[in-house]
Amino acid sequence: MLDTAHTTPTPKTYAGATGDWEIVIGMEVHAQVSTRSKLFSGASTLFGAEPNSNVAFVDAGMPGMLPVINEECVAQAVRTGLGLKAEINLTSAFDRKNYFYPDLPQGYQISQLYHPIVGEGEVLVELGDGAARLVRIERIHLEQDAGKSIHDMDPNMSFVDLNRTGVALMEIVSRPDIRSPEEAAAYVVKLRQILRYLGTCDGNMQNGNLRADVNVSVCRPGQYEKYQESQDFSHLGTRCEIKNMNSMRFIQAAIEVEAKRQIAIIEDGGEIDQETRLYDPDKNETRSMRSKEEAHDYRYFPDPDLLPLEIEQDWVDALGAALPELPDAKKARFIGDYGLSDYDASVLTAEAENAAYFEAAVEAAGDGKLAANWVINDLFGALKNDGDKDITESPVTPAQLGGIIKLIKSDVISGKIAKDLFEIVYNEGGEPAEIVEARGMKQVTDTGAIEAALNEIIAANPAQVEKAKENPKLAGWFVGQVMKATGGKANPKAVNELVAKKLAG
Amino acid sequence: MSLNSLTIAEARAKLRAKEITAPELTEACLSAIEGSGAINAFVHKTADLAREQAAAAQGRIEAGDAPDMCGIPMGIKDLFCTKGVPSQAASGILNGFTPEYESTISQKLFDAGTVMLGKLNMDEFAMGSSNETSVYGNVVNPWRSKTSNADLTPGGSSGGSSAAVAADLCLAATGTDTGGSIRQPAALTGTVGLKPTYGRCSRWGVVAFASSLDQAGPMTKTVRDAAILGRAMMGHDAKDSTSVDMPVPDFEAMLTGDIRGQSIGIPKEYRMDGMPEDIAKLWAEGADMLRDAGAKIVDISLPHTKYALPAYYVIAPAEASSNLARYDGVRFGHRAALAQGDGITEMYEKTRAEGFGPEVKRRIMIGTYVLSAGFYDAYYNRARRVRTLIKKDFEDVFAQGIDAILTPATPSAAFPLGQMADADPVEMYLNDVFTVTVNLAGLPGVALPTGLDAEGLPLGLQLIGKPWEEGALLNTAQVLEDAAGFVSKPGKWW
Repeated sequence: MLDTAHTTPTPKTYAGATGDWEIVIGMEVHAQVSTRSKLFSGASTLFGAEPNSNVAFVDAGMPGMLPVINEECVAQAVRTGLGLKAEINLTSAFDRKNYFYPDLPQGYQISQLYHPIVGEGEVLVELGDGAARLVRIERIHLEQDAGKSIHDMDPNMSFVDLNRTGVALMEIVSRPDIRSPEEAAAYVVKLRQILRYLGTCDGNMQNGNLRADVNVSVCRPGQYEKYQESQDFSHLGTRCEIKNMNSMRFIQAAIEVEAKRQIAIIEDGGEIDQETRLYDPDKNETRSMRSKEEAHDYRYFPDPDLLPLEIEQDWVDALGAALPELPDAKKARFIGDYGLSDYDASVLTAEAENAAYFEAAVEAAGDGKLAANWVINDLFGALKNDGDKDITESPVTPAQLGGIIKLIKSDVISGKIAKDLFEIVYNEGGEPAEIVEARGMKQVTDTGAIEAALNEIIAANPAQVEKAKENPKLAGWFVGQVMKATGGKANPKAVNELVAKKLAG
Repeated sequence: MSLNSLTIAEARAKLRAKEITAPELTEACLSAIEGSGAINAFVHKTADLAREQAAAAQGRIEAGDAPDMCGIPMGIKDLFCTKGVPSQAASGILNGFTPEYESTISQKLFDAGTVMLGKLNMDEFAMGSSNETSVYGNVVNPWRSKTSNADLTPGGSSGGSSAAVAADLCLAATGTDTGGSIRQPAALTGTVGLKPTYGRCSRWGVVAFASSLDQAGPMTKTVRDAAILGRAMMGHDAKDSTSVDMPVPDFEAMLTGDIRGQSIGIPKEYRMDGMPEDIAKLWAEGADMLRDAGAKIVDISLPHTKYALPAYYVIAPAEASSNLARYDGVRFGHRAALAQGDGITEMYEKTRAEGFGPEVKRRIMIGTYVLSAGFYDAYYNRARRVRTLIKKDFEDVFAQGIDAILTPATPSAAFPLGQMADADPVEMYLNDVFTVTVNLAGLPGVALPTGLDAEGLPLGLQLIGKPWEEGALLNTAQVLEDAAGFVSKPGKWW
């Protein structure tokens, strides 16, 4: 695996009345596992179904119903662990987390407190300009999602939709290695990118398929380093957990406002209460949800309905061997193989589909850099103007785009004509070479024809010729006239050379 | 002899010989049930379904496609979910609950041609040792003391099952056993009860009490019947992750009556202080019978036995407190009428306060307490360690060559209903003292009647076997049954 060299960013500091403060952030990301059925039942996980239509008896907590582990969910968690370079625990176990809520039909959530399926891993979070933070993953465990309570349909009643109940989640827990709101958002972006590459979570934050709980504390400069040396949390400030964030923008804003809230309290001589808080984007503030004293006693204990989960190393190895190339490796390869800039490589690897399109276009075009320019500038631009289409919906196939680039490279068309050709292919389809042939878009490289056109222009504009001879910058006018006379098809390089020669002579 | 008095084996022979028909057999049981109101064993009668199933079974018998259980009328403990038939675990909180699914075991029995006569009374959520915690009221033991007409307990929690079998209301019944709930009622009613090895019977569709201990099993009139019905109930079920994928042998074919050379352990720790003379005598006689049949009687030690009951009454309530959280009034069963302004917390509190009986509430509270932060290690984790030691006690004696262990099944004969009403709950829990070890260790155990006490009430012994060796265990039980020659039946007073 290629590792991109990087520098470690400096933590964000906040200037308080009594001196500088730093911020320490750890995250728990809940990622819905991409599978057809739920973690412990055969019910569908499809989003947007009629309320309470994707519910098995066990999901509804009916008497005597029992959970049976869905092997594909386990495979997805293992793939995720491998993708985050994490330790895979061949033996893990499920525990019950007990609490009462109407959208939790069993009265407990099946989770993995004591023995998670995935142990320590890491995520390289790039922050631009060669800076990147290596965020350690503490663990990933599998657990059931809860259902949805709906309180705004009736003034007196609450409604419950159990479609989501029992859908598999991976809870990905980071170490407190994140040091600024920007890093926190970048961490989620990177995690989401890796999960999408792996196909283990679709990353749809709007539907709540990826959401984050953010633990924030503040400390004086130097304290974090003491924590790092000793792994002793007492060097850090008391943390608050901001629950259920599902947008990068809100994550940043919430951390920012929470850090400032904590600093203000401490500087006023107060203490931070360890508690769970909610972020209100309308008021841009965090509010207490429940204090440590009010925190549930979840009475975790091993779920007696499920035996410990034993998996084989061979099975893990087979899943590992079938993993797709991941973003870091792909980006490094794009830079190395195609000579792309760091920025271009990042853009093209942001989504696996973009990278796949790009590589197919390179194959057809035989030129990585040109393909990168065309994909990033022309194709992305056209898709954006065309109702923000996804690359998978592109009317121009990689083969077509490669065909256009090939025509440029072999001097059959000029770059300018290529833009027209792209538009034709985008709107009408067709094979680029055939379109060029049929519509007479070929570049004129025949110097005789260009010279004839130029001679005519020179003869018709003697005054311009005199001016241009005094001021060579005016040569461009003649180039333009020739291009106009040849319908834009003249090879610009040949025209330039000829104009220079004639005006000099 | 009325048909409802037949054993499974006898009925099977008569059905196959066309001496009787399945509908005749079922009608005999239905009339016996009609006259049994005083026993209060059946809480939902399914006469229509029974007649339908009996007719279908008769068709199979005539077609020559008759499994052993075909046409045999049974009662099903109310803990089993039966599709379209009220299944309430004898609790008010499941008031009106009628499942849309069939438990794996009842389905297996139906597939084998068994006839369901109805649902049997039990202690609420299988929590109790006297069948006095049911929302349907007490079950009364068909047996009465020679010297008193007092109503006696049929044992619990499968008290409806034991009473129904003892009173010949059905040929057999299903039971479930979490700490002795099959074996103790069997012993108090002169019937046979087998708790299989944990993992033998699917728990799918059986209302959970304590998942790591719960195991269904047969309650029958004879050991042979336990072998026949037990085989029909057992088997792997992919819907229960704790069900074990092992072949279920033909237990009946293993009833050879030959136990020569086997070693039977007599654990000294089961000789409790103050053990009634009748029980001590019964136990000694049982050992003699097995010795006479050629077995070697060996004194053994199961040193952690005394910790079993406390460990059990931590683990079982802990699991129960979680298993019973789903009875919250949101989706099914009882929901309390709410007052103006009541919210979700009031809904939970009122519903559960009204729906659960006192013993269930007590165990939920114990379980919640032992799992709570700060107490978890002192109680739950320590109990789990004790459980491991108890399991090891058994493994050690089996490794020493012991084939089965003989103990009393209960500390006493059936006691009068209401006798324990004001007693410390622990007094009632002591009923399970000989049986809980088997659940904690996941072993098979069988209780069978071997004699009567001075009052003319049945007394039972328990045999404990090696894991998965129900066949050998039942064979030893068969030897004991033959030697004891227990044939007494309760005199009909109801």
